[in-house]
Amino acid sequence: MNKEWPIFEIFIRSKNGLEHRHVGSLHAADSEMALENARDVYTRREEGVSIWVVESINITASNPENAGELFEPAKDKVYRHPTFYKLPIELKHI
Amino acid sequence: MMKDNLYKYLLMLGDNSMILGHRLSELCGHGPSLETDIALTNISLDLFGQVRNYFQYAAKIKGGDSTEDTIAFLRYDREHYNCILVEQANIDFAHVIGRQFLFDAFQKLQLEQLVNSKDETIAAIATKSLKESKYHLRFSGEWVKRLGYGTEESHGRMQEAINVLYPFANEFFVETEIEKEMQLAGIGADLQQIKEQFDQVVSEIFTLATISIPDVKPRYAQGKSGMHTEQMGYILSELQYMQRAYPNMQW
Repeated sequence: MNKEWPIFEIFIRSKNGLEHRHVGSLHAADSEMALENARDVYTRREEGVSIWVVESINITASNPENAGELFEPAKDKVYRHPTFYKLPIELKHI
Repeated sequence: MMKDNLYKYLLMLGDNSMILGHRLSELCGHGPSLETDIALTNISLDLFGQVRNYFQYAAKIKGGDSTEDTIAFLRYDREHYNCILVEQANIDFAHVIGRQFLFDAFQKLQLEQLVNSKDETIAAIATKSLKESKYHLRFSGEWVKRLGYGTEESHGRMQEAINVLYPFANEFFVETEIEKEMQLAGIGADLQQIKEQFDQVVSEIFTLATISIPDVKPRYAQGKSGMHTEQMGYILSELQYMQRAYPNMQW
């Protein structure tokens, strides 16, 4: 039997209206305990108003080795950025 | 007389939190896991925050040169009025959790009453502390269930801790003269009423945890009158070391 508790990934929303952000991971016996642990480990300094916990094994991640085929083809396709439009002078904050 | 008794009543409230907070602080860096270590230290810090509130007020009542620091660091063991339960040692995690749970169950109920205290400062401290206490009870109650309903080993340890600690819990409800006076004045809590609610809260969690209440007489305890176990000397020698060795030193 594995005696280590499983690892959970912790997501905290710092303010209403903002999105949850990944802040780190911790050990817990189940998701309830993960929530309590996250409260103690990651919100001691008023960092958040909401917590999500996800057991790490439930996350499917892209493989860094495949970064080339996944992301590089996008590099030379500048036309995918809307940078060729002429903006009216009145528009200042874009 | 009333002023003296209010002062002592504040020490009773503050000393419970201070001595338990000190016990938890001993675990800093020694918790069973990083997560529980931080949780217990957080609880300790909450308790010390409450202690400061009580002692600042107590210093004001006492007057003279009295400050929160002289009250915290320069009293002898018999001048402390905490219940015996909170000075019990950190024997294992089950003892830490059992002690915490019995205290939290009592403290949450007591604070719920003190919120309506006629003494405005006590009411304000209770209002602030109650939120913390509710979380502490949730934490310790959850762990009593996990350990009690966990493995054979964890159940055995949890039951053993409760066998040792439960008989001390009765002291919460043995009313001292000062507590009686404070209750009649509308300042203090009604301990008899708390006792009934306490039994209910504890038995609910123990049932889920498959922990049984030991069939023994309550321990004779007079911590609230200043009579302590030998543990108290060890606690105070560590807690007060710095101020005794270097009088008036500042952080």
